[in-house]
Amino acid sequence: MSDSFANMRIAKSMPGKGEAGKTGDWRSHTPVIDHTKCAGNDSCLICWLYCPDGVISRDFPLEIDLEYCKGCGICAEECPRDAIVMTGSTDAKVRL
Amino acid sequence: MTGGITKIITANEAAAIAASLCRVQVIAAYPITPQTPVTEELASMVEGGELDAEYLTVESEHSAMAAVIGASQVGARAFTATSANGLLYMHEMLHWAAGSRVPIVMACVNRGVGAPWTILNDQQDSISQRDTGWIQLYCRNSQEVLDTIIQAYKIAEQCLLPVMVCYDGFILSHASTPVEAPSQQLVDRYLPPRSDASTIFDDEPCNLNPLILSEPRRDVKGELKPGYMDLRYQLHTDLVNSERVIVSCDEEFFELFGRTWGGLLWLYSMENAEHAIVSMGSLASECTVAADALRSQGYRVGVVGVRTYRPFPARDLGAVLSRVSGVTVMEKDVSYGYEGALAVDLKGALFNEGLHPKFNSHVAGLGGRDITPDEIVEVVKHDVGSGPVVSWINARL
Repeated sequence: MSDSFANMRIAKSMPGKGEAGKTGDWRSHTPVIDHTKCAGNDSCLICWLYCPDGVISRDFPLEIDLEYCKGCGICAEECPRDAIVMTGSTDAKVRL
Repeated sequence: MTGGITKIITANEAAAIAASLCRVQVIAAYPITPQTPVTEELASMVEGGELDAEYLTVESEHSAMAAVIGASQVGARAFTATSANGLLYMHEMLHWAAGSRVPIVMACVNRGVGAPWTILNDQQDSISQRDTGWIQLYCRNSQEVLDTIIQAYKIAEQCLLPVMVCYDGFILSHASTPVEAPSQQLVDRYLPPRSDASTIFDDEPCNLNPLILSEPRRDVKGELKPGYMDLRYQLHTDLVNSERVIVSCDEEFFELFGRTWGGLLWLYSMENAEHAIVSMGSLASECTVAADALRSQGYRVGVVGVRTYRPFPARDLGAVLSRVSGVTVMEKDVSYGYEGALAVDLKGALFNEGLHPKFNSHVAGLGGRDITPDEIVEVVKHDVGSGPVVSWINARL
């Protein structure tokens, strides 16, 4: 089967970051991490574990990839230290 | 001529022998009357070592179709068979098979649909699956069933479309008639192993049939991929264009095996015909007996058998029917609230060709209700004399 656009007969996708498009613009609320509450060595990584989009880093200080974060708020809900809050904004520039 | 053996067998046995001659590699099926003997026969061939295939016993028809889709996606030649409510249970997966462009062949042994339960014959089951993107071929006898399943794999694999081979339950499925099973060598010449490779490769993990959006979009590699509607258009266009492949596969079959089934349509006694009976499957075959009787009484009547129902051979039907002044459609299905599906499709085809013969449309033989050649003769005489008529034949209300 030819690979040219006009001859594509089935839908097929390859695994890769951003395969479904950048989804950050779906967001209505944005998580912001208070790094004074989330200290590296004894941190739990519960937010990393729970994030359904896998956009939270495993390295400290934790970073959230806002190009793909849909703003679901699960990380903020699950964080046992209340170190993550959701801002009522589509970006993280608004600080509390 | 074909090095085959003539056996006295049912259409179900003919279907199983055909699948075996096609060297199917995966069979998944769930039993349902009147299809069951097809899969029993295949199970016995696999168990006895005559057929080198994986036989999957599944918990439902939905699973049977899902299993053969998966098998076909990795390059296997796959077969299944079903009837009636089993076919309806596959409905979601029938769309999935066509959308996945897998060259599956399925025998549909036509049976009336419940509720209420019937195990007897009509064609409501496969007609209800008309719009799933499958090629549908209707057979008139057991030899055609055997030959059509062999042709169906060639058609399916050339067009990357699934093919449903339909034949009437009990009337054909359980009636023993002489059928010639061609030699394996000849079938191998006609039908080489699948040439298109698997769509899945070890070193290139992928997701088949992911969620896609309405507009074309670049994937992670930057390659532009079609949107949903583009793939639907491709499926539709390939189904329309499969007409040519169906015809050429029948012609090539004739060259090797000495038998032709007409490709899209078959004609009987249509020379100088003023009135045509249009029908499908064993009922169309029965109409030829009625046509002979009508001819002997001075009526110039012929029969047009629709072998390929999807793609619908609209232009060929228009060409054949341009010379008649009246049409009688006899069919074993109904689009509730309107008329039979074949009649409706045929009217559309004639309209497009600018033809308007006196058009009679009859529903007959639902759930095994008998319809005899003598009754067809009377119906056609009435149509010729005082049509156009829309009616149900032999309904007792």
